[in-house]
Amino acid sequence: MRFVLRRTGFFLLTLWVALTLNFVLPRLMPGNPALAIIGKFKGGISPQAVKVLEAQFGVGTHQNVLAQYFSYLGNTATFKFGVSLTTQPGASVGRIVLDAVPWTLGLVGVTTVLAFILGTGIGILAAWRRGGALDGLMPPIFVIMTVIPYFWIGLVLILVFGVKLKLLPYFFTYNFSMTPGFNLAFIGNVAEHAILPAFTLLITTIGIWILTMRNTMITTLAEDYVRMARAKGLPGHRIMLDYAARNAILPNLTGFAMSLGFVVGGAILIEEVFNYQGVGYLLLQAVGNDDYPLMQALFLLITVAVLLAILISDVATAILDPRTRGAG
Amino acid sequence: MATVQTPPGPGEAGGGTETAQAEALAPVASAGQPTGLPLGGGGGITGARSLRRMGRAITSNRKATVGTALLVLFILVGLFPGVIAHDNPQAEIYPRSLSPSTQHWLGTTSFGQDIFAQVVWGTRPVLLIAFGVGLLATVVAMMIGVAAAYLGGGWDGTLNVITDVLLVIPLFPLLIIIGSYLHGAGTAVMIAVIAATSWSYTARQLRAQALSLRNRDFLNAAKVRGERPLYIICMEIIPTMTSLLVAAFLTNALYAVLFSSSLQFIGLGDPNVTSWGTMLYWAENNEAFQTGLPLWIIVPGLCIVALGAGFALLNYAFDEIGNPALRPVRSMRRARVQRAR
Repeated sequence: MRFVLRRTGFFLLTLWVALTLNFVLPRLMPGNPALAIIGKFKGGISPQAVKVLEAQFGVGTHQNVLAQYFSYLGNTATFKFGVSLTTQPGASVGRIVLDAVPWTLGLVGVTTVLAFILGTGIGILAAWRRGGALDGLMPPIFVIMTVIPYFWIGLVLILVFGVKLKLLPYFFTYNFSMTPGFNLAFIGNVAEHAILPAFTLLITTIGIWILTMRNTMITTLAEDYVRMARAKGLPGHRIMLDYAARNAILPNLTGFAMSLGFVVGGAILIEEVFNYQGVGYLLLQAVGNDDYPLMQALFLLITVAVLLAILISDVATAILDPRTRGAG
Repeated sequence: MATVQTPPGPGEAGGGTETAQAEALAPVASAGQPTGLPLGGGGGITGARSLRRMGRAITSNRKATVGTALLVLFILVGLFPGVIAHDNPQAEIYPRSLSPSTQHWLGTTSFGQDIFAQVVWGTRPVLLIAFGVGLLATVVAMMIGVAAAYLGGGWDGTLNVITDVLLVIPLFPLLIIIGSYLHGAGTAVMIAVIAATSWSYTARQLRAQALSLRNRDFLNAAKVRGERPLYIICMEIIPTMTSLLVAAFLTNALYAVLFSSSLQFIGLGDPNVTSWGTMLYWAENNEAFQTGLPLWIIVPGLCIVALGAGFALLNYAFDEIGNPALRPVRSMRRARVQRAR
């Protein structure tokens, strides 16, 4: 299939660009960042780590840039991301990242699915009851909801439910006094800690689904086949779901496939605000500690997740909607 | 993702990515996608005419009025902060952690700075970033998008691939990475970095618009007249894009406000610049909530929301004007009645 091949080619190209950005950016900056760290942690970095830095940032090696570049590409291709410098000194970057991924997948993944289902449903209703209270109120409210910084909503929720009402925990993924294990008490505790960050994410992302579903649905409702269905005297809910919504949902579905890619890197600030031990929190820790190897690996992970989701959503669209195949 | 309303540009590849990504990157823009105000086919006058139409729209559409009012308010505050707040926002001269009073409307920080003065003076850098990025990103996008469409061939292919790649690389993580190498980005650097990474979505829209014009008579007429390419691009093609450019400016400005505030909040801005994002950074690091200073966090956040809402409402209003199907039903009915008379 030529279409799939082309998309895969694009995928590889973008991956290469992301890798190259990782390699080039620190070298473009005024003053080599790696030199700055080595100076900052004089003697505090293991010789092994210094070696990693040399390879990754081109300090103190006699290799030319091109040779450095290829050894960097080779290392990445074989999943050698080096060791963490400062966040967990000496620990393998791959290990640290893998520990953080499940937390993010759980929190953001579940919330993304929930936001999609709820948002699409509300969007369908809003378009169906055109001119009703829901329809009139929703768009302006949700336009405003989408401009609120995620992290600030999180902060306000912390103030209301955490600090003032003392209803919900807002720090870390579980209570420090508990030992992680597969038992009801621990799982309940984890769920409790996820409520506030999940709710933050939900109210900030749901608006997009409502808005796009409503807007496409409105266009679909004007189609002749909907009028035909009405003329046949079909019950309202059947027209709404089987005729209008079914045809209007395609953009939302591809958007959903895309948004799954943003699950890994999409809640950086929410994780930061709630000190939730996921990928985003880790990224900001790496940034705060100048832990460049960890930072680069996380950026790569986030990019790859997005790219994969795009690839999947492209192929899915091509399968679901034959019209797009001709364009590709 | 207003795919349905978008006339597919000829030669658009991979419809899936383009629209889906647009969705993910620019939720508000997707409401404000090719606004396609009825542009007519004319050349130079279209720009002025659609600008005038926008002026009329601002006064007749409630969302546009509110959006404009918010923007004007913040611009005034940003221009004359000294008139409103007499305190030096940085000076740590007051008792620490005061509650709101007539002297200090919003209280003081745990460093002894006046919070109201910080909010007022913090408006200017935010506006500079919003307008700076809005303009810069839109201009870059315009040059690349129009050049790709006009030059065609290999140029088009190359520019297109660059645009597409930038479009799918996750922007905010990229900005975080760049910010961390930079160690404290001031206003100018912030503008440059955000603009340099966020032009791609607009470029794609403008390229599609320019492509759709390629075989229109007024362009052929200009070519037959023997006009130079630069003249054709500046005087014939770009004026037809006025509404798209305005929408792009608003979207880019909105995202600049959100991105820069977020970067400043996590400490990647210049901590010595008084700005809403840096206020939030200092407030969170000093546990403003736990120490009874909620206003230190709430007010700068509300300002970000209000400014962002100004941009978003304007954008949304222009979209409604361009696409009557989205208008609230009641006003549509009223318009029909008026027309009937």
